[in-house]
Amino acid sequence: MSGDLLKVDHVTKFYSASGMFGRATSPALDDVSFYLAADRPEIFAIIGESGSGKTTLARIILNMLAPTSGTITFRGSDLSKIHGRRSRLEFMGHVQPIFQNPFEAFNPLKRVDRYLFASARCFAERRKRAAQEVAADEALKKVGLSIAEVKGRFPHELSGGQLQRTAIARALVSSPALIVADEPVSMVDASLRMSIVNLFKSLRDELKVSIIYITHDLATAYYISDRVMIMQKGKVVETGPAREVLSNPHHPYTVLLRESVLSPDDADRPSALSVPAQGTVT
Amino acid sequence: MFKIIRDLFRYNEEFAVGAILTIFVLIMAALSAFSPYPPNQTYVVPPDIPPSWQYLFGTTSRGQDTFWQVTFALRNSLLFGFSVALISRVLSLLVGLVAGYHGGVVDRVLMSLNDTFLVIPLLPLLVMFYFVLRDKMNWGLLALIMGCLGWPFDARLIRSVTLSLKTREFTTQSVFSGMSTRQILLEEHLPYVLPIVFATTMANINWSIGLEVTLSVLGFTDVNTPTIGTMLYWANQHSAMISGVWWWFVAPTAFVVMTFIGLFLLSISMNEYIDPRSRLARMGPSVLSPK
Amino acid sequence: MEAALSVENLRAYYLMRYFGVVREVRAVDDISLEVRRNEIYGLAGESSSGKTTFIKTIAAAIRPPLEVVGGSIKYSFLDRDIYGLSPEALSAIRWKHLSYITQGSMNVLNPIRRVRQSFIDFAFRHMGRSKREFFEIVDRHLARLHLAPTVLSAYPHELSGGMRQRVAIALATICRPEFIIADEPTTALDVVVQKSVLRMIREAQQELGSSMIFVTHDLTVHANIADRLGIMYAGRLVEEATTTDIFHNPMHPYTAHLVGSLPRIGDSTPKKALAGAPPSLADPPSGCRFHPRCPLAMDICRQAHPTLTTLAANHRVACYAASPLVKRSAEPAPAPARSHLDGEVIGKAMGLVQ
Repeated sequence: MSGDLLKVDHVTKFYSASGMFGRATSPALDDVSFYLAADRPEIFAIIGESGSGKTTLARIILNMLAPTSGTITFRGSDLSKIHGRRSRLEFMGHVQPIFQNPFEAFNPLKRVDRYLFASARCFAERRKRAAQEVAADEALKKVGLSIAEVKGRFPHELSGGQLQRTAIARALVSSPALIVADEPVSMVDASLRMSIVNLFKSLRDELKVSIIYITHDLATAYYISDRVMIMQKGKVVETGPAREVLSNPHHPYTVLLRESVLSPDDADRPSALSVPAQGTVT
Repeated sequence: MFKIIRDLFRYNEEFAVGAILTIFVLIMAALSAFSPYPPNQTYVVPPDIPPSWQYLFGTTSRGQDTFWQVTFALRNSLLFGFSVALISRVLSLLVGLVAGYHGGVVDRVLMSLNDTFLVIPLLPLLVMFYFVLRDKMNWGLLALIMGCLGWPFDARLIRSVTLSLKTREFTTQSVFSGMSTRQILLEEHLPYVLPIVFATTMANINWSIGLEVTLSVLGFTDVNTPTIGTMLYWANQHSAMISGVWWWFVAPTAFVVMTFIGLFLLSISMNEYIDPRSRLARMGPSVLSPK
Repeated sequence: MEAALSVENLRAYYLMRYFGVVREVRAVDDISLEVRRNEIYGLAGESSSGKTTFIKTIAAAIRPPLEVVGGSIKYSFLDRDIYGLSPEALSAIRWKHLSYITQGSMNVLNPIRRVRQSFIDFAFRHMGRSKREFFEIVDRHLARLHLAPTVLSAYPHELSGGMRQRVAIALATICRPEFIIADEPTTALDVVVQKSVLRMIREAQQELGSSMIFVTHDLTVHANIADRLGIMYAGRLVEEATTTDIFHNPMHPYTAHLVGSLPRIGDSTPKKALAGAPPSLADPPSGCRFHPRCPLAMDICRQAHPTLTTLAANHRVACYAASPLVKRSAEPAPAPARSHLDGEVIGKAMGLVQ
């Protein structure tokens, strides 16, 4: 559909072992398809455990990895046709990543503002440092920070929550249409986590940015996502509106996930643990 | 900057000793500018005089003042060593960074080249060059040749650091910030690579001076220029050890040993300072993150 | 009954000197707590709360630059402070009386030896039996914990993450220690596996009757496993109560925020975030360390740190503002079915939850 922001069409990915008889046993991704509409910004959650292929899918969407078969189109153009620095930069201006570990996303030996300035120079066409600072400040204000707080700082001088927000601000400098966030809050402290999760909501509502929110945490996915896609061992298991899928799961795996989620309400029921969890013990 | 050096001096004995030795050697090399005798002339002073107040290190059998010869020898040998180190550092950085970052075919081609150069036996090759080039062989050419042969080992080290850095998330963030490959390599990765470069530079200087001494003692270089090696060559030619002119070979040997030890101590002590991990530890308590 | 572990006024600091720069990081600053017999004591806290340093300190597993600066640590099975033991005595009590479940099971299991070897390495010398008897005990122990005996002949990398963690738990409990320290044992595990591993820990503890300190930053895990819960913030203990009380009746503003901001499936009410960030332990705020972020901060909070006082049965809080809240908790609690709202009651009072 030409009206799609992102279309993932029957994508399969085998990691090939380099050897004469090398043959991957199971695919990292197996016939994954979904789409994001262009006219309606949404938060699309991809939920899966380790080995589900969600990180591989993220890297393919970001054009960091090529699928073995299947196509990815962004606003109608096929990602595999992107060659050369100019078209790569153009693509990156529209699709930006957020990583899991905010302390790893920044070079510990360098100041954090350099990524903001580089993005401003490259995507917002600001040649001079003063103009770059203005662009960085605009982006930082969208996440609740300011250039004064961040300028000249090293990563270790900021908290995990501040760093993650700086990373989000950097991604916003190019005014992207899509942000791919890979477990963005799992390494952020609990007291700071909700500020980032709420920020994603405002990005969707006020800035009209679509977000692919990759996580293993069903509770935050329930809290902010519009649609949800459950993955298991590289296959898509269930897709649908977030509230529906998570409150009334159909697929046995989703049911299993739902039941395994711990809840604070269990504090009232100390025997909650003795209810045997269904499924095999691996 | 000075505060760093002062702190290193105070807290690190290796640095202190290494710095003192190296500075002493450098002063000696600098003194060559004040030599009353031109370096290449012979029989300017009475030969074979033992060390005395007039001739600090005595005189050689060729009628040269040993002290001033040593200053020239140090200057030339050090210059030689630095140039070789410079050429080979540049080459190893180039090869290592590019191979590590690009991977794939580029990496394989470069590493095959690397390993080929690694296994070439250097001494026979240099001797062969001497025989082929004979009179056209001068110090600059020799430095160039040795620089082109001394990079493979470090290129591999740099490549492995770059490989590991490539997988780190800040590299991806740099890419998505629009930084060019050159910018990423020079600004993001280089600080991690520099400790290796620094450490191996010292080793490289030592290696090149050692090789120069070997070649010169055997007579395979321009023996009229005073260097540590050529001094020993002439000392051998005049059978200094047998005729008891001990000051002729003890002086240059002592100074070259001082150079080696000084540079070595400097490299191991500065290494700990420059190493990213210890730098991170010094930067702030949250990095050590006592949880 | 004598407590299994009694910690009094414990202080453990990192004292660092690098190239002339001296830094003192107060990771554990005056902590006093008691773990009773046959209970699981949960310790909650974020990064830089000092909880990991605390358990390393009570396990006597610290090295310079981390040093114990003051206080005492007394276990029921020792007649003196654990730091008064000689290295031989220390290694004799390790594993036999005091064992450890870590976050990464690979840290415990030697990757190049089979699981059976790890059992021998850790436990054999404490048991004083013959090899055959030892392995009979091991087999029975594994059976009790629902682990197949074939797991003994596997290498660690052949087992899944959840399985390895289960083996690590079996390893930690084989000598029937009086005290077990669990450091984020389920954090690295998948959601599906997490619940069954927690159940295994609970069963093991109940069967042995040992006491356990369970450390994790995840409050929902504590809701499922801890009997009593201690909340740490910036190196200090700010609240301690039974798990039910912490979730229904948090008295410290920090606890109230943590509890109120937990997302749940089925609950889409907006959650408000807390401003600021956990402080650096090298340069903590004056007085109460939470005051820069606390919506109830008063002048006295900036000046002096509040002491941990018992404000209700089994409920200790270190907060100047908490005393008036005591009156609120004396009122009859709302029906437990909507229990998470209690956190919100206090949260609403502080404008933390809309």
